[in-house]
Amino acid sequence: MSALEEFFAAEASGDLVPWKSQVLAADMFSMTLGEVEEAMLKAGWLPGRYQRNRQMLSTAQQHTLFRSCVAVIGCGGLGGYVIEQLARLGVGRIIAIDPDTFEEHNLNRQILSSPRLLGHSKALTAKARVNDINPAVTLVAVEKAFDGDNGPALVADADVVVDAVDNVAARKALDVVCRDLGIPLVHGAIAGWYGHVSTQFPGDNIIEKLYGHTDDSPGVESQLGNPSFTPGAAASFQVAEVCKIISGEGELLRHRKLHIDLLAMETEDVPF
Amino acid sequence: MTVTVKLFATFRKGRFDESQREYAELTTVGDVIKDLALPNHKLGAILINTFHAGKGLPLSEGDTLSFFPLVGGECR
Repeated sequence: MSALEEFFAAEASGDLVPWKSQVLAADMFSMTLGEVEEAMLKAGWLPGRYQRNRQMLSTAQQHTLFRSCVAVIGCGGLGGYVIEQLARLGVGRIIAIDPDTFEEHNLNRQILSSPRLLGHSKALTAKARVNDINPAVTLVAVEKAFDGDNGPALVADADVVVDAVDNVAARKALDVVCRDLGIPLVHGAIAGWYGHVSTQFPGDNIIEKLYGHTDDSPGVESQLGNPSFTPGAAASFQVAEVCKIISGEGELLRHRKLHIDLLAMETEDVPF
Repeated sequence: MTVTVKLFATFRKGRFDESQREYAELTTVGDVIKDLALPNHKLGAILINTFHAGKGLPLSEGDTLSFFPLVGGECR
């Protein structure tokens, strides 16, 4: 047993290693908090912060999540909640891509926004937030607009890509890049009381089926706006899909989209 | 012939959620779009029963025709 593993064994309660011991290990062994967490999970110890995950995910699955990389395109309404939930879930590496800064009209719904952050970069704010809530997670902030030219290099390392973009043109570029690179894409879109979520695996073409017949003009969201709750609802469905893709658990929204209507409180499973 | 038309999200406003409607034989999806004054540029998925349909497809007795508006994503 290595000195680090002996340390975990001495500090653990059952198989849980508390946060203060993780911080102490990083200091004692000159490692990052992420390196400590990776070693801990690899050796079968569970960081105490994930103890409420354990009825759903094994320590081995938690390790797989920590070794995974998820790219989130957009750090606004959907992306903010997606990033928050991925970091709390324990995805080890998040690439957050957004060229924008916070504006006043974001404050009604974007969880990363606040009055003191108006004018600040959304991607850099996401990095600060993740560093605050789960410092073992690495967030790579990219202050660029995703497009077909820069996209392949930006998401090449990702195991899963999450679509949280605000326009159809970027989504079509994202679709092409993910299909070319063979990366699963979790799509989400919202408008007012409504949203939908779907998962596209390499070889599937749901984005083309959904948006191929349209020009790049906005959908009904341009008339409906977006309230505080629709982004959180759709983002939670998206993160559940990411969790299942990485862990291998459950059923995915493949070859179908889940239409969510929070006004009528209905969902519709639409085959694609 | 009788066709069940189901509308989703914004398409329900001023129209209906679901309606049994009578149409002449050879009525197409496009004819129903005109009948209901659905905005062409805001059309997303269109299904006849569980299959995606183009506007030129004719309907049959007993079909269920579903219209979803286009949801492009977040507002900036």
